[in-house]
Amino acid sequence: MLFTTFAIVTVAGAVAAMSFRHLVHSVLSLIVAFAGLAAIYLLLGAQFVGLAQVLIYIGAVAILVVFAILLTRNTREIQRSIAVSSWRQSVAVVFAVFGVLAWAIYGSGAISHVMRPQPEVAIQQIGDALILRFALPLEIIGLLLTVALIGAVTIAMQEKKEKR
Amino acid sequence: MGETADQIFVTLQHSIAGYAPAGLRPVLSTMLAVIAILGVFALLFAMTTVLERKGLGRIQNRYGPNRVGPFGLLQPIADGIKSLTKEDIVPQAADKAVHLLAPISLVLAAFTLFAVLPLGRNMVLVNLDAGVLFFFAVSSVMEVAIFMAGWSSRNKYSLLGAMRAIAQMISYEVPLILASVTVIMAAGSLSTVEIVARQSGYSGILPHWFVFTPWGFAGFFLFMVAATAESNRSPFDLPEGESEIIAGYFTEYSGFKFALFFLGEYIGMFAISGLGITLFLGGWSAPLSFLTWIPSYLWFFAKLLAVIAMFIWIRGTLPRLRMDQLMNFAWRFMLPMALINLVTAGIWHFFEHGVLRWIVCSVVVVVSYVLLGRGLTQGWKLERRIYRFAE
Repeated sequence: MLFTTFAIVTVAGAVAAMSFRHLVHSVLSLIVAFAGLAAIYLLLGAQFVGLAQVLIYIGAVAILVVFAILLTRNTREIQRSIAVSSWRQSVAVVFAVFGVLAWAIYGSGAISHVMRPQPEVAIQQIGDALILRFALPLEIIGLLLTVALIGAVTIAMQEKKEKR
Repeated sequence: MGETADQIFVTLQHSIAGYAPAGLRPVLSTMLAVIAILGVFALLFAMTTVLERKGLGRIQNRYGPNRVGPFGLLQPIADGIKSLTKEDIVPQAADKAVHLLAPISLVLAAFTLFAVLPLGRNMVLVNLDAGVLFFFAVSSVMEVAIFMAGWSSRNKYSLLGAMRAIAQMISYEVPLILASVTVIMAAGSLSTVEIVARQSGYSGILPHWFVFTPWGFAGFFLFMVAATAESNRSPFDLPEGESEIIAGYFTEYSGFKFALFFLGEYIGMFAISGLGITLFLGGWSAPLSFLTWIPSYLWFFAKLLAVIAMFIWIRGTLPRLRMDQLMNFAWRFMLPMALINLVTAGIWHFFEHGVLRWIVCSVVVVVSYVLLGRGLTQGWKLERRIYRFAE
C-alpha cells in the first residue's frame, strides 16, 4: 500500500513535470518525482541510496536546473496547447517502449515470487566495498570531479579576463 | 534517583503507549515523541525571539521589549496574536500555489531535522543508520523552499535575495559536510546515537568530546561558522537583511506566513546547533565526570542555549559580510581549512595516544589557519599587521 502511494506520487510528479506550461512549475513537480523515488528507495531498506537521492537530486540537481532555467530567461509560459499534430505517432512510440519494457521486466527474475534472501547492506559495507573492491572506479570518479571543477573555474576565469 | 529522572520521559512515553493495543503501540509512542518535540522546540522558539531582542538590545545599549509582561518576557504572545490577525496580502502577480507551499515546506523540513538528534539518553526519535546523511539531505530541501519563496513572489528583490541565499547555502554546505566528515571518520559511523556514545567516556574528570582534540576544535569552529551561514544568520544575512534588500526572499509575505518563515529559520538554526552539539560537544553527556547525575536532556538543552547565546552575541557584534566576501570566505578559506582538517583527523587516528599526536595535529591546524588567513587578506605576506584606525 505504501509502495502504491509512493509510486503514484512519483508518476504524478513526472507526468506533471511534462505537462506544466511554466518551466519552473515543471522543475518543482520533478522535485516531487525525485522525492517519491527517494521514498521508494527508503521503503526497500536502502537508506544510503535513498538519502543520497534526496541530497543530490533534490539538493543539487534540481537547484542546478532551476539556476539554468532562470539564467536563460526563457520563463514565458508556453501558450500553445499540448496536443501536437503528430500525436498518433507519439502514442505508437509510447506503446512500443512500454511493450519492450514490460516484456523485459516479465522475462527477468524480478517478477518471480521467489524471494531470495536479501543481503543486509549496512553503510559500513558500502564504505568497505567502495574502498576495497571498487577502489579504481572511486578514483576515476574523483578524477572526473576534479577535472569538472577545474574546467568550471577555468571557464569562469576566462570570462572574467575577457570582460577586461 | 538520577536514573529515574534521566529516563522519566522515556518511561512516561512507554506507560502512555501501554494503554494502546499492541499493534498501535509503536505508532502511538512515536506520535507522543513527535508532539513533545514540536511543543518543546516551538516554546524554545518563542523564548529565543524575546531573548534575542533583549540580548541585542542590551548589546546595543538599549532595553529590548519590556512592555508585555515582566521584563517583556510575554512578548512572544503579543507577536503571535499580531501575526495571526494580520491581513494576509498576496501580490496579484504571485504564483498562489507555490507562494503558499514555500513557508509550509520550509517549516516541514526544519522540524524533520529533529528526527535524528539524540536529545537525551535513549531519547532519539529514529535511530537511523545514516543519521547525519539524513540531516544534510533534509537541509537541502530547505534550500528548495527558499527558492520557491523567492521566485513565487514575482518580485525582483525576492528573486535576487533567493538566488543569493541559495548560492550562500550551497557554498557553505561543503565546509559544513567536510567538518562533519572528520567526526564521522573518528566515530566510524553515520549514526548520531553512535557518535554520542563514542564521546561519552571520561579520562579523569575531562570528557572525551571531539571538540577537545585539535581537529575537533578546528572542525567545531568551521561547523559553527558554516551553520551560521546555512541558517542565513548575521553576519551572513545578506539575503534577508533589511538594509540590503528590503527583506529578501520573504518581502512579499505578511502575517502568518511571515511568522512561519521566521519559525522555520529559527527551528533550522536550533536543529543545526543540535547537530553541532551532537557531533562535537558530546550530545547529552555531562562536561565533567562528577556532574553525570544531572539528567541528560538538561545537558543537551543547556548546551543548546549556550550555542544560541553565542549566535545572538555574534549577531549583535559583527557587521554583515558582503556577498563576494562571503563567497571568498567559503571557497578560499573554509574549504582548504576543512580539507586540511580532514587530513589532521586522519593523522590523529593513526598515531598512538600521547603527546606527539597532540603536537603534530595542533601545529598542522594552527599553521594552515595562519597561512590561509594571511593568504586571503594580505596576498601571502607574513609580516606584522598594521592597523589603521580613524583619528
